[in-house]
Order: sequence, then C-alpha cells, then structure tokens
Amino acid sequence: MRHEIDEDVTSLVRPAAVHRRLYDDPAIFELELERIFGSAWIYVGHESQIKEPGDYFCTQIGRKPIVVVRGPDKAVHVLHNQCAHRGALVVAADQGRTDEFQCCYHGWTYHLDGRLKAVPLQHGYPPDFDTKNRSMAMLAVPRVASYRGFIFVNQSAEGPSLENWLGYMTTSLDDMVDRAPDGEIEVAGGVFKHTYNGNWKLYLENICDAAHPWFTHRSSIDAAQQQSDDVFTDGAGEIAIRQMRQNGAPYSFWENQVGIWTHPNGHSYLGDYHDDKKLVAALNDPTFRDYIDAMENKKGSQETRRILEVRRWNSNVYPNLSFMSQFQQLRVIHPLAVDRTLVCTYNFRLRGAPEQMFHNTIRFANIVNGTGSLVLTDDLEIYNRIGLGISSEGAEWLQIGRGYQSDMPDESGGRRGKNSTSEIYIRNMFEAWLGYVSPDRAKRPAAESVSA
Amino acid sequence: MEQRAGARAPRRLDVGECELLLVHEARLLDEGKFDDWLALFTPDARYWVPSEPDQASPLDTVSLIYDDRQLLETRVRRLSSPRIYSQEPRSRTSRIIANVGIEDDADKASTMVRSKFTLIEFRRNEQRLFGGTCFHRLIVVDGDIRIAWKRVNLLNCDAPLDGIVVPF
Repeated sequence: MRHEIDEDVTSLVRPAAVHRRLYDDPAIFELELERIFGSAWIYVGHESQIKEPGDYFCTQIGRKPIVVVRGPDKAVHVLHNQCAHRGALVVAADQGRTDEFQCCYHGWTYHLDGRLKAVPLQHGYPPDFDTKNRSMAMLAVPRVASYRGFIFVNQSAEGPSLENWLGYMTTSLDDMVDRAPDGEIEVAGGVFKHTYNGNWKLYLENICDAAHPWFTHRSSIDAAQQQSDDVFTDGAGEIAIRQMRQNGAPYSFWENQVGIWTHPNGHSYLGDYHDDKKLVAALNDPTFRDYIDAMENKKGSQETRRILEVRRWNSNVYPNLSFMSQFQQLRVIHPLAVDRTLVCTYNFRLRGAPEQMFHNTIRFANIVNGTGSLVLTDDLEIYNRIGLGISSEGAEWLQIGRGYQSDMPDESGGRRGKNSTSEIYIRNMFEAWLGYVSPDRAKRPAAESVSA
Repeated sequence: MEQRAGARAPRRLDVGECELLLVHEARLLDEGKFDDWLALFTPDARYWVPSEPDQASPLDTVSLIYDDRQLLETRVRRLSSPRIYSQEPRSRTSRIIANVGIEDDADKASTMVRSKFTLIEFRRNEQRLFGGTCFHRLIVVDGDIRIAWKRVNLLNCDAPLDGIVVPF
C-alpha cells in the first residue's frame, strides 16, 4: 500500500539545498521507509555469519525485524521475524543454529525458508484455513542477493539486479575482499551499537565529509598531536594515534589531496587521506611485511600491488551501508524513527593475513569508530545537535551546495568533486532520494531546472 | 617511565585499604579531576571496558574502551580540551561503590579487588544509569596504592548506546 502524503515532497529538494522537514517530519520518514527501504537493496549481513545450514542471525530493515538464515540447501533466506498466527516475534536469540523456527506462543513451526511446517490443534479453524497457503508463513523478503558474500535484500520484487544497482561500487566491495590473501573475509570481533537522537540520513552525510574532521575532531587531534607513537607496543594503537593526528591536516590538504567520487543510486566514496606510510599496508612495518608476503604468495606481486594501490577511505552504499575497506570495518544504518537512528559497526578478519592485522582492526575500531572512542563520540554529538537544532523552526533550507559549481564527470562513469570537500555526495544522495520517493519519476524536476 | 626494581612491595592489601582507594578514585572522576585519576594508574596499566558479557580477550573482540597508559593519557588530555564538543556541556556524574571484596588470587605481589558500582550520568537534560562489576588489580608502589589493571563489566555493555566519553 502506498503511503499517502498530500503534497509533492519532491519540492523539498533543490539542487543545492534541502528543506529541514526531510530530517524532522514523521510523515516523510514513513514515506522513506516505504519507498527507499522498500525498494532499494538493503544490506543485511555477510555470508560468514551463517556458514553452515541452519545458522541464522537476526537484524532489521528499518523497524522490521528479520531473520537471515542458511537453508539445508545452503541457500540464504531472509524472513520477516513474525509469526503468521498472532504476530509474535518468532526468533528471539540474536544468532544461533536450528533446523526449524518455532513460535513460543502456540507452537507454530516453520521451515528455514519460512513455510509453515506444523500447527498444533489444527481442527476447528474455518474451512479456508490452509497451512500450505503461502501467506501463512514467516514471509520471505521478495529478493535476496549476494555480492562476494555481502547479503542484500530487496522488499520489491521488481527493479534492477543487485549488481546493476551497485554499479561501480562493486569495486569498493571488491576492495574489502581482495585484501584477504586467501580471498575470503569473515565477520569477527563483536559489534558496536551506537544510537543517536537524529535522522538516519545524517550518518551517511557525515561519513564522507572531508570538511568536518579539522573542526569536529579538534579535541582528539590536539590530544594525539601531543602523543608519541608508543601507544600499545604491538603497533595497533599507533595506527589510531596517527589517524587522529591526520584529521588535523590543513584545509589545503583536505581540499586537494583526498578526492570524493559519486555514482548513481546515491553511492559514493571518499579517497584515502593518509600520506602516512605507516597507516595502511606500510612496507616497513613488520606486520605489513608479513601480510604483503602472504598476499604475494597467493596473488603474485603485480596483483598485490594493484590491490594495495586502491586507496579509499569510506565507501557509502545508499541508503544503509558504509565501510572502510582498508581497515576492514563496516557500518549498517538502521532508521528507527525520524529522530532516532541505530548504527551497528562490524569488523572483518582477512583470511590468510597475520592475526596481528585483525588485532589492529579491533584496536582501530576501539579508538576511532567505537562507542567509547576518541573520535566517533564527537560525530555522535554532531548528529544529536543537528537533531536538537533542526526540530525547531528557523532556517528552512539547509545548505548542501559546497562545490556545486565545480563538480565534474569522472572517467569511472560517476561524478566527482573538484575539491574533496565538495558536498557532491550529499546532493547525489538526494538525487537518489528523489528517484525513490517521487510517485512518478516523470514528474520529478530535473535537478538543473530548479534554482536553489 | 621504568619501574624501579623492588619498587613494588609484595604486600597484600586489606579490604579497608582497597575500599578507600576505590572511593577516592570514584570521587576524582565525579569531580572531573582526570589528571589525578590518571596518576593512580601504573605506567604499564590497562583499563578495559568490554563490549560483551564475559568477554575473554581485548585483542580479538572490540571493547568500549581498552587503553594502555599512553592511550589513557591521550583520552584524559582530550577530556581536558576546551574543544571536546561531546562534553559541551560537561557530564555530571555520581558514583556509588559497594560490595568491595578481595578475590582469591595466586599473585602475592598484588591484590585483585571486586566491587559493584552504580554510575548516574547527567548531561543535557538526560540522565543515564550505568551499573556493573569492577575488578581492580592494586599494587603498592613507593608506599602508595596504584591501579595496575582495571576491568569494568557494564551490565548493558552490548546495548545500543550513545557515546561514552567520561570513563567509568
């Protein structure tokens, strides 16, 4: 059922400005859940989380609880975690292994693909009661697809294939996997769960923003600049200290040496912003030396060089995924309410790499991306402050115009900012937003035809 | 900074001494005297707040906080910065330490202390309640009790949380 909203919401997006209601209006939030989360490919997890038949984990699409499970035939099923009888949540554990799902209310039991298996006390129902009826099930999400182990679902039966929809962003996912000497990665090391009182869009709008670290992260920049490298003698802390210092690089560096690229459907990535050879695959670091040896043994020196020269910082797959391929970290964004968001941050182990690489990933997550970290906590503060500020009347139109005049096509088929601090990636997300929410794409104003 | 040989007196502490130290530590944190709090830790100390109940290791699973002394110094330096926006306004905290006891432990040169804590944090019209179990490994250095290791098992360590900036 289409959500009713009695106005043309597309008028809330201009080429270089958006209306603040997009972050504050519950009706628009409902529209986004229905039309964006209802028809985009949504990342739900990684195949390494369900290695064997019967392995499952629970997550959510927006507010909808789902269970992701590997069936006896090894196929991945994604089911609405809801009993067909009285609507109760069927699977209560975060993860586990089972050969069937059983509701604890009246014992309705389901196959791993969601079909109803058994109903106790079947007598006495109306004549049309049929346990074989396909709507009497833990309903399967219409489309499930994996790209190199990354599982996405689509709640719409129609639309582009996952690979077409990802487009050039497959190269960022490739970068996650290619860095493993054995060609496989696995989710490991627990999860951080962050919440903030602000809109879900703010997260992706910040994560490729090259203009904020110098300001927002000032306290950790100053603290790290006064700190020598000898944090944790195994080298893992040193990487994070250097990362914090690098946030304090001058504006000229941010403008000219990072790079911001966008691609259709709202996707984008920020270039790597480290000129520090000790941060990523540094040749003189003993752990990286072992790692590079392992890579060259498995992939040859030419392919190893190609892989390590891919230098991306954050890659964003709109609307709910952001990852750091060089640091093996991945965040999933869950919109809970117009002013409430949950972000889950996972780590990956590179199969075949020295275990110290994984320890570095964990330490980097703790210090930079964690709930108690020295960096992310200031980003959370920003989301909360925007949540507080934006809920009141005042400036109606929020500015997303930095770099608007100078964005340019890129040879990869996307567009990029002339300067790395361009907000092109935000404008690109709103272009996708328009495509999703507009009831009739033909009615949608061409971005260039509306003045800001 | 090197530990002088023999500086760690191989003495077990009694529960009263331990409780005084823990209450003193809580007061320093409540009063925002983070430099003085930092000075309680030995140069090779670890401060650990796991992200999972019964977490076995800080190396292969993420932690809400896992700091060595240098990183703890960096954390405290940041806390003192006038531009730490996640502490503008500052949190106010109130901690209660209770159920202090000494754990059986083979290490005769130090004392492992187990305690319960309740921490109320108030910031910007919102109050958060934390509670759990703390473990302190305490040693005597030059006559003063120092923290060589501290682990904070938060009851809700794996819950979705807004940022944690003030240490437990």
